[in-house]
Amino acid sequence: MAILKKEEAKALLQKVIAHSKADECEVSLRGEEGGNIRYARNAISTAGDIDNTTLSVTSYFGKRSGTATINEFNDAALERVVQRAEELARLAPENPEYMPLRGPADFKDSKTYVPATAAITPDTRADAVAKSIQVAKEAQLEAAGFIENTTSFSAILNSKGLFAYDTDTNVVFTITTRNSAGTGSGFAARGYNDISRLDTLSATKTAAAKANSSAGAKAIEPGKYTVILEPVAATYMLENMFRGLDARNADEGRSFMSKPGGGNRIGEQLMDDKVTIYSDPFHPDLPASTWNRDGFPLEKTAWIDKGVVKNLVYSQYWAKNKGVQPVPQPSNIIMEGGNASLEELIKSTEKGILVSRLWYIRLVDAQTLLLTGLTRDGTFYIENGEVKYPIKNLRFNESPVIMLNNVEALGKTERSISIESYRSYLIPPMKIRDFTFTSLSDAI
Amino acid sequence: MKRKDFIQLSAMGLGALVLPNFSAFGTPVDPSRFLNDGLDVKIKKQLADVALNTARSKGATYADVRIGRYLNQFVVTREARVQNIANAESFGVGIRVIANGCWGFAATNVVTKEAIAKAAERAVAVAKANSRVTTTPVQLAPQKGYGEVSWKTPIVQNAFTIPVKDKVDLLLNVNSIAMTGGANFVNSAILAINEQKYFASTDGSYIDQDIHRLFPTFTVTKIDRGSGKFETRKSLSSPVGMGYEYLTPTADNKVGGIVTRYKDRYDMLEDVKNATADVDQKLKAKSVEPGKYDLVLDPSHLWLTIHESVAHPTELDRVLGYEANYAGTSFLTLDKWKSRNFQFGSKLVNVVADKLQPGSLGAVGYDDEGVQCGKWDLIKDGVLVNYQAIRDQAHIIGLDHSQGCCYAQSWSDVQFQRMPNVSLQPGKEKLSVDDLIKNVEKGIYIIGDGSFSIDQQRYNFQFGGQTFYEIKNGKIAGMLKDVAYQANTQEFWNSCTAIADKSDYRLGGAFNDGKGQPGQSNAVSHGSSTTRFNGVNVINTARKI
Repeated sequence: MAILKKEEAKALLQKVIAHSKADECEVSLRGEEGGNIRYARNAISTAGDIDNTTLSVTSYFGKRSGTATINEFNDAALERVVQRAEELARLAPENPEYMPLRGPADFKDSKTYVPATAAITPDTRADAVAKSIQVAKEAQLEAAGFIENTTSFSAILNSKGLFAYDTDTNVVFTITTRNSAGTGSGFAARGYNDISRLDTLSATKTAAAKANSSAGAKAIEPGKYTVILEPVAATYMLENMFRGLDARNADEGRSFMSKPGGGNRIGEQLMDDKVTIYSDPFHPDLPASTWNRDGFPLEKTAWIDKGVVKNLVYSQYWAKNKGVQPVPQPSNIIMEGGNASLEELIKSTEKGILVSRLWYIRLVDAQTLLLTGLTRDGTFYIENGEVKYPIKNLRFNESPVIMLNNVEALGKTERSISIESYRSYLIPPMKIRDFTFTSLSDAI
Repeated sequence: MKRKDFIQLSAMGLGALVLPNFSAFGTPVDPSRFLNDGLDVKIKKQLADVALNTARSKGATYADVRIGRYLNQFVVTREARVQNIANAESFGVGIRVIANGCWGFAATNVVTKEAIAKAAERAVAVAKANSRVTTTPVQLAPQKGYGEVSWKTPIVQNAFTIPVKDKVDLLLNVNSIAMTGGANFVNSAILAINEQKYFASTDGSYIDQDIHRLFPTFTVTKIDRGSGKFETRKSLSSPVGMGYEYLTPTADNKVGGIVTRYKDRYDMLEDVKNATADVDQKLKAKSVEPGKYDLVLDPSHLWLTIHESVAHPTELDRVLGYEANYAGTSFLTLDKWKSRNFQFGSKLVNVVADKLQPGSLGAVGYDDEGVQCGKWDLIKDGVLVNYQAIRDQAHIIGLDHSQGCCYAQSWSDVQFQRMPNVSLQPGKEKLSVDDLIKNVEKGIYIIGDGSFSIDQQRYNFQFGGQTFYEIKNGKIAGMLKDVAYQANTQEFWNSCTAIADKSDYRLGGAFNDGKGQPGQSNAVSHGSSTTRFNGVNVINTARKI
């Protein structure tokens, strides 16, 4: 089934919900089409195509609920999926945290769909990859990369009349180039709604320049250093913090957002006053969905404002439990930056380390959000405002909360992706003092 | 379960086991449906032949087809409440071909002759489209056809036949023991998976397999309200390639010592009681002094260190650069292997790859490209002697056959090289855990797996654990906290000074090991006996925010 338009999706959902005999019913549709190419050693290794549409029905009898999904759309199948959801709901135990479905709301249109991206073909992908491989070959490097594009739509309708619809296009590209001696490696990552912004040639050139300049790395002593994190490095570090902005975990006393003695840290100055983090589905550089699965319209929401915790996510249940308004899970995250370019951040640094990318970040201690991981694909020593030489990779043990207390300066915010979730963010390059490196790595 | 979804779910809980909404992993179904046999094998053969014949007629020189039915059941609870019961089924067909010397793949969830023929055509078209960017044709190791064969995980009790109510009752009992014992929170879950896989290829194999896995687990949390500090202790269970019998322990399955650990079967009710006592002790434990320690590592912990620092770097696709853009490459380069004298570890270190080990997550009769599975040495007397290869890589290391390491997480994903079970062999001399500890002047005994991270070539790693006990002059001196150790892989394995004998050998494992782009999940076990490593660097992980 192709990507459905708003009215087509609504008509189909209405047809499904007409079969419901439950107390409450919610039906949703999600369709996705796209494909990917993976390459390594300057040649394509695997490629795939995806095309799937799923209809999901959740039926409620009192506090019991059941969900069934199906990807056939004939009349009998539509009736059967509703029946199956109702059977599962009757079998389910009561959910003491059940919350009633929400009624109709006005949802603004999102700006996440770009026709040019939706028009990508296997040949478009092959051309993009061919350009990248060509750059690597000319630079006498080996390229390994991945390109994936998706076009999707989502729609939701419930028995109280709530209806919402959204379409989205996305393309991600990651590229690693390595020299034949295995002494240099460079990386670049890009993610856009609009394919016309993706230039695999220039991204591969960036990765190639990093690969060449990272060769011949020297060892330095681990310890506390001023670091400049490029956006792709900062994004991966901070994504681990963004996932923890949850009021319930904080109130329960098991999160870095828990206040010693009880409650959470809303209202507390937790970070440097240069730190402002918010969500805005209408931001032109990071358009995102304008509603979420629980049927909440999404608006601009402040999380950290000048270092002060402003909001945490409150589910409907937890908000009711605490007597506050729900704060929905956001669809994007943006960190405000400053005016400096990356070059200016380097120029202002007497001694420090430029970090191109971070790797294998894992939680060490949930209490302090202590994370460990390593630098990768280009780590450089800065002295007297200049990049002096490449250095060997280092393992860090650092908390993003401590890191955001040690902000020296922020560069211009730019669109970046997490190398683990491939999700896009707007994040500035950042200069951080006293970033803790604990050991050296021989990895290249 | 798909890897990226699992990462997302795990990350949301920041260490605690969290409520997953598993409906994304297949079509939710009535649990009684799990007991249906699925498609008759004769029909599967007919459908498979449609794929193979179509692919050949469109120009494929090789084709394989996987008709897969994947069943998942997840029962998830916290405290006195069931958070989620998910029963899901995913059914479809994936077709892989070589045309113009290049791989192509396509999949469909519509399991009819017409849809399968179209998917086969699409797979050939993808291969042909990509062949213009490819210069070196795929070279497959020869593989004989096995005709019509089958293989089943040797389970005693199919977990899907156990009523959901029994699983809920067990988990709520587990939670009740923790809460009664003074825990503030407890999360618990039973995850069951059944892969019904039918493979056929143009080599003449028609392989029907029925694979089962089970993972019972919990996390107990206790908070010291005064200080605001909290500690957790995860279960010492292991995900296994077994049926529900894993949850029916006898006294023979218990390993005594500072805390009870489990071999082959698991006592969830006993372990949660011990875990609740452990979190109490952890809150009061002494924060570790950083420095060099001799480490005595229990199999419930060491499996993860083996997984990250031995099993991953011996994956041939990493060595060759196929994972360079994501999971990384490997320090175990071909020249080290060719030298036949690269001392990966001390002479005590013998590591085997084994796709047949009973009860393990990676046990199958045949891999996902129709190769009968076996067992081989990776590290022999400390020296690197082999890798993990699949059909299109075998020729690179001079093999005339694949080692059967090909796997795809579902019918809709393309199969590629994944690790087999990789295990450290027990010491040959009679040696107990007490013997290991009694010679340690300053050391730490670590039980259970915790935080983990390793670089992209597998040199530098850092591991935490569940519980840490100080060893002073050959005796356990009490619990420590805030412990993580960092080392270089080769230095670490060369510091291995003692391995307990086979009576202590146990399996641990990873239910969701991630690799590839798009990411795929693999399940794999790692066995060992308790092992000692001398002079390892330990850091203190306590911070203030």
